[in-house]
Amino acid sequence: MISAENIEKSYGEVKALRGVSLEVKEGELFGLIGPDGAGKTSLIRILVTLLKPDKGSATVNQLDVVDDFRKLRKQIGYMPGRFSLYPDLSVEENMTFFATVFGTTIEENYHLVKDIYQQIEPFKERLAGRLSGGMKQKLALSCALIHAPKVLVLDEPTTGVDAVSRKEFWEMLKRLQKMGITILVSTPYMDEANLCDRVALIQDGNILTINTPERVTQNHESILWAVRSDNMYLCIRDLRKHPGVKTVFGFGEFLHITLRDNTISPTALEKYLKERCHTNIAINPIEPGIEDVFMDLMQKHDN
Amino acid sequence: MKQLRGFIRKEFHHIFRDSRTMLILFGIPIIQLLLFGYVITTEIKDARIAILDKSHDEVTREITHKLLSSGYFRLDAMLDNEGQIDNIFRQGNIKEVVVFEQNFGKKLERDGKADVQVITDASDPNTAQLLSNYTNAIVQDYLQKKFVNYKIPLEIKPQVRMLFNESLMGAFTYVPGTMALILILISAMMTSITIVREKEMGTMEILLVSPLKSHHIIIGKVAPYLILSILNALIIIGMGYLIFGVPVRGSFILLMFVVIVYILLALSLGILISTISDSQVKAMFVSVMILMLPTILLSGFIYPIDNMPVALQVFSNIMPARWFIEAVKAVMLKGVGTGYIWKQILIMTGMTILFLGISVKKFKLRLE
Repeated sequence: MISAENIEKSYGEVKALRGVSLEVKEGELFGLIGPDGAGKTSLIRILVTLLKPDKGSATVNQLDVVDDFRKLRKQIGYMPGRFSLYPDLSVEENMTFFATVFGTTIEENYHLVKDIYQQIEPFKERLAGRLSGGMKQKLALSCALIHAPKVLVLDEPTTGVDAVSRKEFWEMLKRLQKMGITILVSTPYMDEANLCDRVALIQDGNILTINTPERVTQNHESILWAVRSDNMYLCIRDLRKHPGVKTVFGFGEFLHITLRDNTISPTALEKYLKERCHTNIAINPIEPGIEDVFMDLMQKHDN
Repeated sequence: MKQLRGFIRKEFHHIFRDSRTMLILFGIPIIQLLLFGYVITTEIKDARIAILDKSHDEVTREITHKLLSSGYFRLDAMLDNEGQIDNIFRQGNIKEVVVFEQNFGKKLERDGKADVQVITDASDPNTAQLLSNYTNAIVQDYLQKKFVNYKIPLEIKPQVRMLFNESLMGAFTYVPGTMALILILISAMMTSITIVREKEMGTMEILLVSPLKSHHIIIGKVAPYLILSILNALIIIGMGYLIFGVPVRGSFILLMFVVIVYILLALSLGILISTISDSQVKAMFVSVMILMLPTILLSGFIYPIDNMPVALQVFSNIMPARWFIEAVKAVMLKGVGTGYIWKQILIMTGMTILFLGISVKKFKLRLE
């Protein structure tokens, strides 16, 4: 449904995308995951015809994003990163406006947006600028869907939205997927990766890996331990000094460490830490999450 | 078509819901017209003068009475000697002192000649010039009537008539000028700001991704301001007529045609500005710098173009307001027909086409 090949894009000196290729299948919920400044927005803007790639090509629904951009614009639903509706128009006026712009009416495609729109309909007289963050996102999504697009592209829809609204938002995306809409969504939140069918990890204009969330973590070769002690700061320093430890990153109340080889055991490491006066030591081997994989891939990439 | 209607409806919502926009659209034109009409005036009314009458005879009293009853002058002080003149000017309250020499009336009867000295405060040279002319005219007029049977030497007396504006009313020039200024401000500045606002707020991203064509976006943005600007022009013409008595001597339809041509020109300029600005502040700055000040200074609105240095005279040719003011004055005050102003209309149309052409070329279908 969406296919990008070797896309490069620079803004002056800054290289935003350095040869990005990806393929999104029809009906898929595809996640584009990476930190701020990784190139997510640039890639998305190229795919929705807002920017031209410097090199490479991309098609959405077999339409070229540069040559067939007019036709393509009728078939894409796009929700930009920041709130891009008219704050001085009411909820209903925003909806009506975007419906008219796409040559349709709210009634015609009401079935598509019904689930979402019903939640904000009680406030339809309210100006969009006075809605809460979560409701703004719902309205923006409704507006992006009003013309029944085949492909829905969302740029960081959950950034700055509270945890409950985020969860609701992903449930809505799942429901839309069931209606047959192909969805490409970008997010800086690693924990949202598990909600996608497949994810692409992007960093510094390069795609690090593309796979299902399960495979991404399964393919992770390194052994991962979660470590904690009373003095976390010293703990990081001492672990980094240990010759068998490859990486140390803080993950909430634990440190996640990867090992160079399998020669050291948890007990050996505990002994090592005890010798350096650490107390309350806990070491548990764990399954890696997306975030661990991301850190690992980033490290490899940088080297 | 339906898309366009929806777009225009949205645009009206933006305008009517923003009190600042409403103020600029309807408050400023009225205030500006009143200000220009009443405050910046070149007419003389109730100028304060002092009189030093060394003669105190019937003739000087009558001339003094004539001066003060003309409506142009108001007596501030009667002076006793020349020493006071300097001082009273320094105080700054009075604009003119009229000095009658001793035995004024007797000399006049005996020699047919007497001296009256008119001293004006020329720190404001235009006013000083006007005051002395008015005084001179009143004195001459008096003498003519008084000594109608007297054998005065044969002289040629010019009869001056001020055509199209007999009483030299300032409002006659300020109404067309204000209209030129306000229409260009509203049309060009407001449209450029409203287009750039969509870019700044990110809504342009969605509009671009939608099937809307660029001319839909532009027409949708501009159409409301065309309607509101026409309304504004009607308000200004109406106020000019009712408050300042500025007539529309020519065809009203022709006048409105000129107004609409000028509005379209200003709108195209606004679109052009919007394509080169990426923030509302920049659009506003560009509009004020390249439109407002030159329109006031170089269009012949306040200062006659003929008096400018040659370089500025040439430059005034590219001021849209210059051609508009010429055409509007011709229709409103001289009552001429299309035959006399086709040149101005043609120039404005040409400018519009040029600006639109550049805008269409520069309008971005993408974000870069």
